[in-house]
Amino acid sequence: MSDTNAPATLASLVREVRKTREYRRLTDAIPYTRFMGIGVENLAGEMLCRMTYAPKLIGNSFLQALHGGTLGALLESAAIFELLLQTDTERVPKVISLTVDFLRSGKPQDTFARAFITRQGRRVANVRVEAWQDDRTRPIASAHALFLLAEP
Amino acid sequence: MSDFHLPEDKAGRLERCSLFYTDVVPHNHALGLTLVDVGAAEATVVLPYADFLVGNPETGVIAGGPVTTLIDAACGTSIFLKLGRFLPIVTLDLRIDYLRPARPGIALTAVAECYRTTRQVAFVRALVHQGDKDNPVASAQGTFMRTEE
Repeated sequence: MSDTNAPATLASLVREVRKTREYRRLTDAIPYTRFMGIGVENLAGEMLCRMTYAPKLIGNSFLQALHGGTLGALLESAAIFELLLQTDTERVPKVISLTVDFLRSGKPQDTFARAFITRQGRRVANVRVEAWQDDRTRPIASAHALFLLAEP
Repeated sequence: MSDFHLPEDKAGRLERCSLFYTDVVPHNHALGLTLVDVGAAEATVVLPYADFLVGNPETGVIAGGPVTTLIDAACGTSIFLKLGRFLPIVTLDLRIDYLRPARPGIALTAVAECYRTTRQVAFVRALVHQGDKDNPVASAQGTFMRTEE
């Protein structure tokens, strides 16, 4: 937080990062994504989220599987960053509901997520998200979420 | 944990199930989750407010991710309580409705109830509140698979 060039508000930081693609500045400005090791990356022209593996993400130490809550967190974060960085919404979208399907157990390694906005209205956005590890065609979790974009 | 059956008495059940918050599940421990009460098929788990859980630095409101983890953990424990023993389970799905924004600086409490089990599936519902059960922050519904043979 010693960055003297830090924008005054989150909205102005988001506007800057949309242009500069210095995603790290945004994900580091949010304490929870920094704690979870969740970042945004541009890979082959596509914006993805990565949750870097750390032992604190484990939910079952016998099976060495990621905690289901961490996958929910990654999926929800990917949806929020998609809305913040790929649309012109001015504030952090408020989640209305989140439904997560857990498809396979998460191994102790990095996990990726990609969000797709299925509908964006004036007040509500519907977003679908998938998470995978080694093989994108074998997702380990998926979600659909509703967000409130603005007050009337 | 050589004996997978839970003791009959409440204090014993609370102590045994607390292992999932202090030892067996690193991520529960990392978030500071604490099992504070157990019923016949009901688990009450507290997530203390902490700066590192904040999702919106301008308001101090906690991110959704820790709430998902809190609910998932409480739901799992309620299944162990309902069945009276530890058994392997996996979350199939979890739906969370956010009923109002959480107030910054105040702990979140999840109360999860396993209201039905079949041979293979357990059904759980949960409410998250900040001290007043009549003014919940979130409600949730989950299904879990029993993976034992």
